[in-house]
Amino acid sequence: MRTKTFLLIPFFFLLLGIFLVPTVTVVAQQPTPSDDEVNAIARQLYCPVCENTPLDVCPTQACAQWRDLIRQMLAEGKSADEIKQYFVENYGARVLSEPPRTGLNWLVYILPPVAFLAGAYILYRAFRSWRALDKQASTQEGSEVPPAGDEYVARLEEELRKRK
Amino acid sequence: MIADFGFGVIVVAFLLALFSVGAAVYGALAKSYRWAESARRAMLLTFPLVAIASFTLIYLLATGHYELEYVYSVTSDSMPLYLKITALWGGQAGSLLFWSWLMSAFASAVTLRRWERDREFLPWVIVVSSVTLAFFLALTIFFENPFARWWQTASGEVAAMFRPTGAIPLSPSGGQGLNPLLRHPGMIIHPPMLYLGFVSFVIPYAFAMAALITGRTDDRWIRITRRWTLVAWLFLSLGLVLGARWAYDVLGWGGYWGWDPVEIAAFMPWLTGTAFLHSVMIQEKRGMLKQWNMLLIILTYDLVIFGTFLTRSGVLSSVHAFAKSAIGPLFFAFIGLTLVSSVSLLVYRWNDLKAEIEMKSMLSREALFLLNNLFFMGVLIVCFWGVIFPLISELVTNQKVTVGPPFYERATAPLFGALMLLMGIAPLSAWGHSTFKTLGRAVWKPALVAALAVVAIFAAGIHNAVALIGFGLVALVIFVTLYEFWRGAMARHRRTGENFVTALWRLAGRNRRRYGGYLIHISMVLMAIGILGMQVFQTETQGTIPQGGSLALAGYTVTFDSVAQFDTTGGRNVTRAVVSVYKGDQYLGDLYPRRDYYYESGQPMTIPGVRSTLADDLYVILVDWQPISAVGATFKVYHNPLVNWLWIGSLVFIFGTLVAAWPEKEEVKS
Repeated sequence: MRTKTFLLIPFFFLLLGIFLVPTVTVVAQQPTPSDDEVNAIARQLYCPVCENTPLDVCPTQACAQWRDLIRQMLAEGKSADEIKQYFVENYGARVLSEPPRTGLNWLVYILPPVAFLAGAYILYRAFRSWRALDKQASTQEGSEVPPAGDEYVARLEEELRKRK
Repeated sequence: MIADFGFGVIVVAFLLALFSVGAAVYGALAKSYRWAESARRAMLLTFPLVAIASFTLIYLLATGHYELEYVYSVTSDSMPLYLKITALWGGQAGSLLFWSWLMSAFASAVTLRRWERDREFLPWVIVVSSVTLAFFLALTIFFENPFARWWQTASGEVAAMFRPTGAIPLSPSGGQGLNPLLRHPGMIIHPPMLYLGFVSFVIPYAFAMAALITGRTDDRWIRITRRWTLVAWLFLSLGLVLGARWAYDVLGWGGYWGWDPVEIAAFMPWLTGTAFLHSVMIQEKRGMLKQWNMLLIILTYDLVIFGTFLTRSGVLSSVHAFAKSAIGPLFFAFIGLTLVSSVSLLVYRWNDLKAEIEMKSMLSREALFLLNNLFFMGVLIVCFWGVIFPLISELVTNQKVTVGPPFYERATAPLFGALMLLMGIAPLSAWGHSTFKTLGRAVWKPALVAALAVVAIFAAGIHNAVALIGFGLVALVIFVTLYEFWRGAMARHRRTGENFVTALWRLAGRNRRRYGGYLIHISMVLMAIGILGMQVFQTETQGTIPQGGSLALAGYTVTFDSVAQFDTTGGRNVTRAVVSVYKGDQYLGDLYPRRDYYYESGQPMTIPGVRSTLADDLYVILVDWQPISAVGATFKVYHNPLVNWLWIGSLVFIFGTLVAAWPEKEEVKS
């Protein structure tokens, strides 16, 4: 029984080889990634040489070669994240369209909303203080009744009367 | 010799600007009308002098004086005359001279107005205008001199105004020529528009400072400068739109706005300027927000200087570029100095600028205008921080980073959405007092029609949430604005018995500012339609195809017919493809995407072939073609839905601004 099992092992590997070889061949013979597939990744990267030029539209020869590199990596089965990581490792974080969310770079994401909320809060406080002042004034002067009816038309007609 | 003359004239203009500053300050402090008048005349003289210097440079550009560094760097024999002339603003040194020319023109124009009612402002307006002019002329004289010439020294070639010791003059036989990207009608008009916008914003700032210095803190300065501000805003807006159109036509990436630091630098003063245009109405109507208006115009002025600096210098590309730039630190020092002195003045007058009345309702027109200002400031913070952060990052961590479109689009989209919502609601709220009930009563009809429009768009097959929200807001603004026109005309019709069209015409004619403003709102949402179309629905494909082969996109088929390569005028080699466009089986026409190669500069340029309709643009780029290639040519095709509404909106915008800025009869009489 054990001898039989032992004899089966090479047979198993032979079978495995038969199944694997065509698979490997299929991977190697995958059609070249299309321009659209390349651009889908190149669009997320910036030219490492030119200023503020996305890689998918940069007309320089260097960028054409980088796009070919993306095509080659895609053909090798690399994922979009792996390709982006390769570019970051070789050319620095500037190739990404946004700063990576690490360390000091968090400031770029945090500061604008904090500043906006601070502005909104200041505005809210100002409104409250103005309304408090207004109520105080109204109490002293007697309450002011808001204009009834369509104030817009009344105002417009008043304006027209004045200008006639 | 001619260059020496041009340089000498600039020096005299600079000295006159300095004199006018001194004379105006003395005239104001000593209350001497004669000194103030002398300052005014000196100011007036700067305009013809800087004009003479500019014409001298134009002559040198047009006649190929390549012994001058500036002429050498921006012109060549192969360039047509009109491009040689417009090369005046094709480089930094010429741009600064051109800026000074426009500045002197605006400053002279403002000093020619009648000053009877506000004579105390005159000397201080002259001081601010002349200081700004003197700063730019000083940059031209000492750092970016367009009249500097080439010299051969022992250590190599140098550019200098005066002969270095032992140097011999150099006379190159030809020039490098203008950057090919700048040889486009849009780029020829775009910088003057932008600069006109920048320069004309100096005038309201000058009046604001005059008001702070003299202590005349009522709204007189705002009333004087209202039209200046509108004109400045019009030019700045046109500059931005023309820049967008140039990018769309020339840069060959299928878009019009890439959130590049240079674009943002021109956009930032527009943001504060727009906020200012809204908030000054609160001061005029309600006597409020005087301090805030001062702050806005100060910010606008300094952002104008910042923008001028960035649009030509490119120093934000890195800390090192900034450090190497001779004028970079000077610009920042000038911005710092003007900002600190202006804000100090504001603080000094803070109590005098307190509101005459307080805000009563959070739904009143003034409250909603204030919210509008908050959102504009939000966009400004995003823009400023995004532009400046790469420098900070490089300075602190020595790591270069890019802040690109995804950041700006994500951060600003909700703010722009909120601004559109306010554009839809604010015109219906009342000044002073407004409640949910009164506002709801005014808004519900147009809001209902806008909601029905959204349902119709959904039923038509558009289910993208951003598009539905965006188009819903567009519909709201359009219906609210039309409702406003209708309500106004009907009120007049009822009162006077005029027919509807006459009533509408006379109503708009009697309140041009209000109805011009509404037209501007309409123009903004027309532009928003184009922006939404591009942001949400743009698609693209790229492929290498043989002759007779096709690419398909969004129902269109683009077939590659032929390609030809030839030399043409202007030192260009052109590779031009012919492609046929079909929709289904229907032949729509041919397009001619091409690549131009400029021999002198060695730079390529990609000119798309575009088929434009109101519904969409089919935008075809010739990406690559090799003469020996048997494979064919590589094309990139973009489908840009609704993009033309952006340009149509721009035309409506010009019309609306002209209506708003046109003098009203009542004011002429007064």
